[in-house]
Amino acid sequence: MERGDTERIEITISSRFENIELVQVIAEHLCENAGVDEDGSHWIGMAVREAVANAIKHGNKLDVRKKVNATFELQGFELEITISDEGQGFDPEKVSDPLNPQNLMKTSGRGIFYMKTFMDQVSYSFEPGGGTSLIMTKNLAKGSGIASTKA
Amino acid sequence: MKATTRTVDDVEIISLQGKITIGSGDTQLREVISNAVNSGKNKILLDLSGVTTIDSSGIGELVGSYTTATNRGGKLKLLHLPAKLNELLHVTQLITVFEVYENEREAIASF
Repeated sequence: MERGDTERIEITISSRFENIELVQVIAEHLCENAGVDEDGSHWIGMAVREAVANAIKHGNKLDVRKKVNATFELQGFELEITISDEGQGFDPEKVSDPLNPQNLMKTSGRGIFYMKTFMDQVSYSFEPGGGTSLIMTKNLAKGSGIASTKA
Repeated sequence: MKATTRTVDDVEIISLQGKITIGSGDTQLREVISNAVNSGKNKILLDLSGVTTIDSSGIGELVGSYTTATNRGGKLKLLHLPAKLNELLHVTQLITVFEVYENEREAIASF
């Protein structure tokens, strides 16, 4: 695949943790095929891993009958990833900041932070009848996206 | 995840290999640390050189392990951080919490 091509990939999984890696691998391969270096592809894959894990655990609450859908759309250098679940949604404003000293030693609450660190933009869409979509974008021309360069 | 343990100068060196991710390795890590602490080990050195993948759940378990050891009067330190794990600890500022060593002898002597 030449860098700059248009590509669309979609996968639907049941809510099992062992399926997370399937979606992560697709993300990493798509990025590598688009010319992103190994580290950059890894960090985007990790953002996807965190998003799918949240969809399974917090969205679908580990109900294997509920699905998680992942869509990857690459147009030129712009990658848009949408991870959708069948959950009831949440209030993004209530997500605590893991860098707050009060939260530093918490054992959870870093997933969304990592997504925001590795991607350019993270947003949410909540369906009235239930279902949450997390949309992440990344300009692949910007470089590897290694965490320390953004911190 | 696979964990192997050896003792050097009263320091319990736990070498972790494989993934520490949600549903695969995160709860195992918790059990390994709990077992060590419950058996009276209060100097724990986690060798992470064999960790291939870690996610936010795995990071959370590292924090939990540190807290478990500290609350029981022990110490937990890290050895041989893989580069990507190092990055993840830096961006979350957890690198300020852990004592990290690249040399096993130095790490053992620090307890």
